[in-house]
Amino acid sequence: MRRLRRSATVALATVWLLIVLIPLYYMLLATFRTEGTYLTADPWLPTGKLTFSSYTTVFGAGLGRYFLNSLLVTVVSLALILVLSLGAAFRVMRRATPASRNFMKLVVIGLAIPFQAIIVPVYLLVIKLGLYDSPTEAGVILVLSATAVPISVLIMVSFVRDIPSELYDAMGVDGAHEWTVFWKLVWPLSRPVLSTLAIYDGLNVWNNFLVPLVLTSTPSHALLPLGLLHFQTQFTINVPAIMAAVWLSMLPLLVLFLVMRRQVIRGLGGIALR
Amino acid sequence: MADLVGLGPITILYGVFVLVPIVGLGVLSFFRWNGLGTPHWAGLANWREFVNDPIAHQCLVVTLKVVILSWLIQTPLSLALGLFVAGRQRWRTVYATIFVLPLLLSTAGVSLMWGALLNPSLGGLAYLAHTWHISWLEQNWLGSLNLALPTLVVILSWQFIPFHTLLYQMGRRNIPEVLYEAAAVDGASHWQTFWHLTLPQLRYTIVTSSVLIVVGSLTYFDIFYILTDGGPGNETRVLSLWMYSQAFQYDNFGYAAALGVVVGVLAILAAGLIIRLTGFGSLRSEQAGIA
Repeated sequence: MRRLRRSATVALATVWLLIVLIPLYYMLLATFRTEGTYLTADPWLPTGKLTFSSYTTVFGAGLGRYFLNSLLVTVVSLALILVLSLGAAFRVMRRATPASRNFMKLVVIGLAIPFQAIIVPVYLLVIKLGLYDSPTEAGVILVLSATAVPISVLIMVSFVRDIPSELYDAMGVDGAHEWTVFWKLVWPLSRPVLSTLAIYDGLNVWNNFLVPLVLTSTPSHALLPLGLLHFQTQFTINVPAIMAAVWLSMLPLLVLFLVMRRQVIRGLGGIALR
Repeated sequence: MADLVGLGPITILYGVFVLVPIVGLGVLSFFRWNGLGTPHWAGLANWREFVNDPIAHQCLVVTLKVVILSWLIQTPLSLALGLFVAGRQRWRTVYATIFVLPLLLSTAGVSLMWGALLNPSLGGLAYLAHTWHISWLEQNWLGSLNLALPTLVVILSWQFIPFHTLLYQMGRRNIPEVLYEAAAVDGASHWQTFWHLTLPQLRYTIVTSSVLIVVGSLTYFDIFYILTDGGPGNETRVLSLWMYSQAFQYDNFGYAAALGVVVGVLAILAAGLIIRLTGFGSLRSEQAGIA
């Protein structure tokens, strides 16, 4: 009985494993076809002539530009979010001033309202501020960073709250200035929570579609996900090229994930447990 | 002074790009505006339009279908898979690693991949159906009235089950092993252990995961926009898509804002309702949940 039950769960998990892998395999194999052989060859078996030409096609069509845009937006947004939210969490937890209490109330409001609901006024505001379709991606960066504020601050607050007060007291005896406490104590301790948040917010920024869709119009200002859609319009039935672009857009994340698998799994799962 | 340094910049960033638009959304829903010229006060005109707009009503129904189907598919599968990968054996981590892969793709990438696979004339599934003469596989998955919506929900589940599996994996690992040892000593069967120990211990995880699924599926946009654009007919037109069209295709910003208010209010109500019904109204679970 016990063995039967166990093999049933293993079977379920294995079926799911295949459901996850089969579409990815299909897509990967398609990238090695050409526009012509995609129509004629067996789409499930690596028979016939395989080529890398789709990869050169998409780089020739400007995939590199989308990569750079996504990289720029992700790096700058993460820097903004991580520094600002850690600083704010430190303030809030160290001194319960009226300002810090009101700040936390505002944060909870933003948490309750899904971002998609306010995209229309965000668009109008970004136009008003002259940041629409900005070649520096300033509008996209600021909006994506602002969106990440509520969850990031809450995660940071629960991290700072968990720092044992004895550690603060030990420093307080020395008459340490707040700034010193932050740099010597909180900052060094915060590496795990920073990597957790970097993974979660970074994934959200890198894969965001709606914000660049609404806030940019020049194709070369798109980030990767929107760029994929431009490719689809451009290549129409050249499916291998589109699939190559999708694979390449995931590749940096895949490499990062395989290198730091443990942190990613703990990071993503840990977000909800805090 | 320290408040100014620590909280000033983040409050400005968050205030300008999140709080101002929240207020703006409510205000705009009482104005008529085509994006050019000056908006003019319209009282309840946008809200009357919502009450009289049959497409909006259909969007509401489609959105609710997406929410319910998503929850029904994602919750049991994520729970089962999460419990499975929570085991400590080495080979299970291989499974766990592969399970995470869909999370790394953007929804745009997921949409294009599945779009190619399900293409009724050139896709891999059509090829299989043709070669092996499996007639039920020969469908216009994204183009037929009955299949388009369930197909989209299945694709969304493919993308999001991995995240919820992680939540359940973490949740299961946080249950103290002594409880299981005690249950074994008491001679509890596997099912008894599951019903009376694992499920109650996972209650926070279930609430969190459910709120995320419900709020997430109320606001899904990318996949509908990319794969079906609401069609065939209005069978897959969700509220967020209709809001997008009103603003960016019909320049009807006031009405789009009203639809945005509907989406926002539904999300708050749904999250509140789940937390209230399940009786886990602590701020802690609410914070973790809505995030």
